[in-house]
Amino acid sequence: MDMKVLVIEDDQQAASYLAKGLKEAGHVVDVAHDGKEGLYLAGGEHYDVMIVDRMLPGRDGLSLVQVLRAAGNDTPVLFLTALGSVEDRVKGLKAGGDDYLTKPFAFSELLARIEVLVRRRGAAQPQTKLAVADLELDLLTRGVRRAGKAIDLLPREFALLEYLMRNAGSVVTRTMMLENVWDYHFDPQTNVIDVHIARLRQKIDKDFSTPLIHTVRGAGYSLRAAS
Amino acid sequence: MSASSSSSSGAAGEAARSRFRLCVAAVLRLLRTTAVRLSALYLVLFVLSVGLILVVVYRTTAGFLSEEIGETVALEVEAFNDHYTKYGLPGLVELVRGRSAVVNNNAIYLLTTANGGILAGNLSRWPDVVPSANGWSHFKVSDSSGVHNRPSTAQAMTFTLPGQFRLLVGRDMSELDQLSDRMVRSLGWIIAATAMLGLGGGLLVSRGAMRRIEAINRTTRQIMAGDLSDRVPRFGGGDEIDRLAGNLNAMLDRLERLMTGMRQVTDSVAHDLRTPLTRLRSRIELALIRETDDAEHYRSVLQDTIAEADRLIATFTALLSIAEAESGAKRNDFVPVDLRDVVQLAADLYEPVAEERGQRLTVEIPTGMGPASVPVRGNGQLLAQAVSNLLDNAIKYTPEGGAITLRLDGPAAGQAARVTVADNGPGIPEEARAKVLQRFVRLDTARASPGNGLGLSLVDAVASLHGARLELADNGPGLRVALVFPAELRAL
Repeated sequence: MDMKVLVIEDDQQAASYLAKGLKEAGHVVDVAHDGKEGLYLAGGEHYDVMIVDRMLPGRDGLSLVQVLRAAGNDTPVLFLTALGSVEDRVKGLKAGGDDYLTKPFAFSELLARIEVLVRRRGAAQPQTKLAVADLELDLLTRGVRRAGKAIDLLPREFALLEYLMRNAGSVVTRTMMLENVWDYHFDPQTNVIDVHIARLRQKIDKDFSTPLIHTVRGAGYSLRAAS
Repeated sequence: MSASSSSSSGAAGEAARSRFRLCVAAVLRLLRTTAVRLSALYLVLFVLSVGLILVVVYRTTAGFLSEEIGETVALEVEAFNDHYTKYGLPGLVELVRGRSAVVNNNAIYLLTTANGGILAGNLSRWPDVVPSANGWSHFKVSDSSGVHNRPSTAQAMTFTLPGQFRLLVGRDMSELDQLSDRMVRSLGWIIAATAMLGLGGGLLVSRGAMRRIEAINRTTRQIMAGDLSDRVPRFGGGDEIDRLAGNLNAMLDRLERLMTGMRQVTDSVAHDLRTPLTRLRSRIELALIRETDDAEHYRSVLQDTIAEADRLIATFTALLSIAEAESGAKRNDFVPVDLRDVVQLAADLYEPVAEERGQRLTVEIPTGMGPASVPVRGNGQLLAQAVSNLLDNAIKYTPEGGAITLRLDGPAAGQAARVTVADNGPGIPEEARAKVLQRFVRLDTARASPGNGLGLSLVDAVASLHGARLELADNGPGLRVALVFPAELRAL
């Protein structure tokens, strides 16, 4: 999935690493080094997603996004920040940001997050049923079936599977799962997510010939039909 | 020549002016001190109140005397009138003569014919003054009644009797005047003495207080200069200044503890971040030194490097979280948090982990506790992190097949809530329990299990932030850790 990305980051080196990494992942990248330039580019071109540093010289990232949102620009925004507290994240989301990533971050984490942001933007109306290959999840009856066979899931397993299915085809990182399924905005010391995925695999994939949950090395997991 | 002399005199003038300016500045500085200001205020109030008292005393005394004179004169006039109607002019002349003859009396009488001829009395001539509106005539007695040999003033009532005879009845006022004089003079003295006493007393009293405040100032200056061990002297007695000194000392104690804590942290950060950084650096350097075409070798070094960097970031993040919790700044963002949710979520997250290790995780959350929540005011994320750290530790240090209990208790005597994590693992010996709360302290000296030694430090910091206490106890066998939220923190 190739995207057009605008990076607004004042640190030249960080910006060029970002641009390089995004380009290698197949995306088209524009870079702005301050808020003014960022605002100019964001106003003139269409981007699939913007990566905005919270602290910029001239105009900080928060107010930049506020201005864009006020002007009717609804391009998904991912904030990058050195401020990691929950309150800062809430402030960023309130200002119109869609996601929030604390520096330093893994590049795979960034890629996974912007892809999910862009896909979510293109998603259809609220669904009551999710389906990937022969796996079906009914949000109303809370029932899960694979190849017509009912699968019993605990409430938290259901939530985890729902999140994976909503982002089917995309890479979902452990942090993203912790944030979206458990609302944990910190990393527990143990790799708890791996254990949960292993359990889910027991129920979803074990008795079937084609696995749906795939491990993406160095990044996370992905639920998709074919490998 | 003239130019140089004028310039030197100019310089002298300049010096004088600057001396003057210095003096003025010193006086202004003195006037600005609280001692002087307080004394001045004290003085003004003191003098004003004494003055007010004196004025009231003066008015009542002098007023009373002059009123009395008025009444006597009025009575006398009445008596003269009666006498005149009864005995006619000769009788009146006789009475006036008789009364005038009394010595050592302030009374003044004068009876004259229409053209001023004196018939009787002790005044040499009719005073040429016009009576004032209230009927009194004020005049100088040049030829006095003989009581006093100095010219004195008098006040009198004058009448015209049938037959154009004129009668004057009055009093020599010199005694009263003298009394007033003396009173006014003593008033002046009293005010002056009051002012002196007030100024002296005010300075004395406020100097006492100011000396103590100055002592506090001296201490704070010393502390600003870097000596954090200095303390404000206390005089006992428990008055406001003493309490101020006490509070300042308590504040300094806390600051010093914080500084000491910070120094310890800096030391441990230096150790626990430098060591992995050294590893990181050496690994990269060695990879560069060893020349090889094996791309796989470089890949594996880079992967190790990232893993090491991630561990460093985790340590760094944990340290920041602890510092943030300890700063107490998050208290402003506290919201009601339902501990049932916090505990349930952590249990959900760790239950499979415990199961994987063959441990039994039992979760006990009270039901039927009135409103279905156990709220405390706090930061939900930090509370969740604290509970998950406790569970993480229990799972990590309890051997396979062990049993772990996560329990939430609602309000009870002295507590709003209590979160307990108990295990039947090796436990922590009593003497080491305080130590494990310190940063980077790990009892597992071999460091066989993963972790950075910050888990319990964070739990401790989160507990303090929420006004809760962290209790470590023997579970016989194993460890029982409890987060106890005091009763007054319960959200209503």
